[in-house]
Amino acid sequence: MGLCCQIQNVSFRYIQPWVLQDCSLEVTEGEILGIIGANGSGKTSLLKLMAGLLQPQKGLISLQGQVMATLSPREIARRVALVPQESQVLFPFTVGELVLMGRFVHQNGWSWETPEDLCIAQQAMQVMDVAQLADRTFQELSGGERHRAVIARALAQQTRILLLDEPTAFLDLKHQIEIYAILKGLNRERGVTVVVVSHDLNLASQHCDRLLLLHEGRPFRTGQPDEVLTAEHLRMVYGCEVLIDHHPTAGTPRITLPHTESVRMTQR
Amino acid sequence: MDIPIRAGAHPDVSFLPALTVRRWVRSLAVLTAVALLGVVLCLQFGTERISLSEVVRILLAPRGAVADASGVNAAVILWDVRLPRLILAFLVGASLAAVGVALQALLRNPLADPYILGISSGAALGAALALQFGFTWAIGGFLGEQLSAFLVAALTIGAIYRIAIADGRIPVQTLLLAGVIINAILSALILFITSLADSTSAFRLFFWLMGSLATLGYGGLGALAVSVAVGVGLLCSQARNLNLLSLGEDPAQGLGLDVERVKHVIFFTTALLTGVAVAVSGLIGFVGMIVPHAVRMVSGPDHRLLLPAAALVGGTFLAIADTVARSLLAPTELPVGVITALCGGPFFIYLLVSYRKGYQG
Repeated sequence: MGLCCQIQNVSFRYIQPWVLQDCSLEVTEGEILGIIGANGSGKTSLLKLMAGLLQPQKGLISLQGQVMATLSPREIARRVALVPQESQVLFPFTVGELVLMGRFVHQNGWSWETPEDLCIAQQAMQVMDVAQLADRTFQELSGGERHRAVIARALAQQTRILLLDEPTAFLDLKHQIEIYAILKGLNRERGVTVVVVSHDLNLASQHCDRLLLLHEGRPFRTGQPDEVLTAEHLRMVYGCEVLIDHHPTAGTPRITLPHTESVRMTQR
Repeated sequence: MDIPIRAGAHPDVSFLPALTVRRWVRSLAVLTAVALLGVVLCLQFGTERISLSEVVRILLAPRGAVADASGVNAAVILWDVRLPRLILAFLVGASLAAVGVALQALLRNPLADPYILGISSGAALGAALALQFGFTWAIGGFLGEQLSAFLVAALTIGAIYRIAIADGRIPVQTLLLAGVIINAILSALILFITSLADSTSAFRLFFWLMGSLATLGYGGLGALAVSVAVGVGLLCSQARNLNLLSLGEDPAQGLGLDVERVKHVIFFTTALLTGVAVAVSGLIGFVGMIVPHAVRMVSGPDHRLLLPAAALVGGTFLAIADTVARSLLAPTELPVGVITALCGGPFFIYLLVSYRKGYQG
């Protein structure tokens, strides 16, 4: 298993305060890595750095052995697909048209979609359960449908690395389970490396091989879910007490928020 | 990465709503036919009505071969007055509409049009300077005021660009803000010059500012046609890039688009087209905003079809509007900008109501 993304001593800031400081991370090929942390801990920025959308002020990011800064947007997008947290489409593009845009990196210039492009886009839409929405405009869709359409577009990009920012944020329970089932399927059967930013610690715990817990722009702990998700770590990072036991069937750490009364008690 | 395919599954891709070559060719062929028909029909109207059969006879006859005396007159009016002016209107309309499409995608603002960046004000200032200080030279069929308008428009673009660019990037908000500020400064300068001008130049300038299509010789038309063809062609070559760019800069780059390079191309091309169009026609509003909107509702937002379709529709629209402006109160000529606003508004409302539900044409 090689390294597919290497982040070495990266620091990043938009204007003044550092969002990420001296951050190092190695993403191994074929793993599902979860990035967790409190609001503003730099999760999304880290994901955008890995997708080449942001450039670090300090440090080095390499992608499949090549320094990110030397790669063109096209070369990056052939290696990494990013599913952003929210997508807005101003003009009335249909779901089909949007998913086909995922084929852009594999097409040249002013050309028409090949039957292969159409086929791959179609399959991506079937996988994400949006094929029946192909001729609807993006604006007409519900939040969850939009999110699935955008994930379908990332699948159509056919990259070896898939980055997702809160992939389950707008989804109902059924589609939450399905998203992770699909991500696991891509990962186990096709060897796609998946990096997921998640607020949902339980989903991350259950589905990720490894977790990175960020705290104030620095990696706080990296390791397997049961190494990272301890009551002590979470207290230090999130500033609150949580109950941790095990998932009844998966056996992975399960986080439960304490009863409201007891929170008030501890705050006093 | 391969997408998991169910064994034996052969997905039906026929219903994927992608733009097909057939639909592209058919749509543009229809619009080209409509444009040609529109121009021929418009040739009838003016101070003096020339019947349609006469128009067709003169157009089909070799030049100078029209026999009778009245025919010669009509032929002169047609070939030397009406046709060049219609072509001019068509080229200006096509430029403004194509620029509108590109700017709306670039700025992700459906209200963006060629005027919002202040380029038109630059051109207007150039024309005002030429009229005030009496530049009468002409090069290649262009009048002094037109050349001056184009030059100042280009300088304006350069200034906006220099203000907006930071670390090799052009953030959209800064670009808009720079346009607004430059626009304010230039408008003040135009007012200043207008107040200095004597009543004749002031009137001429005022008329130009309202937008009017002064006659341009065939030499000037040729130069204009080449610039417009190059500009619109360049924009059409960026059609697929514009599709991605209209999703936003981050998503576009995530999908593999070299956003900064495309922005530079679009920026300079729209600048060229706007400068040229405004220099020969003054401030004709509405075409650059309304035509892209209207066409998008029917053609869909795919720029491969939207861009050339909007150029054809914009050209036809302005040719018809200018004909109406010339003949409605003949021999008095109305500024074409008045007509574009009066026709375009209700038409837009009609489209908005008709196509509110389905954008598919």
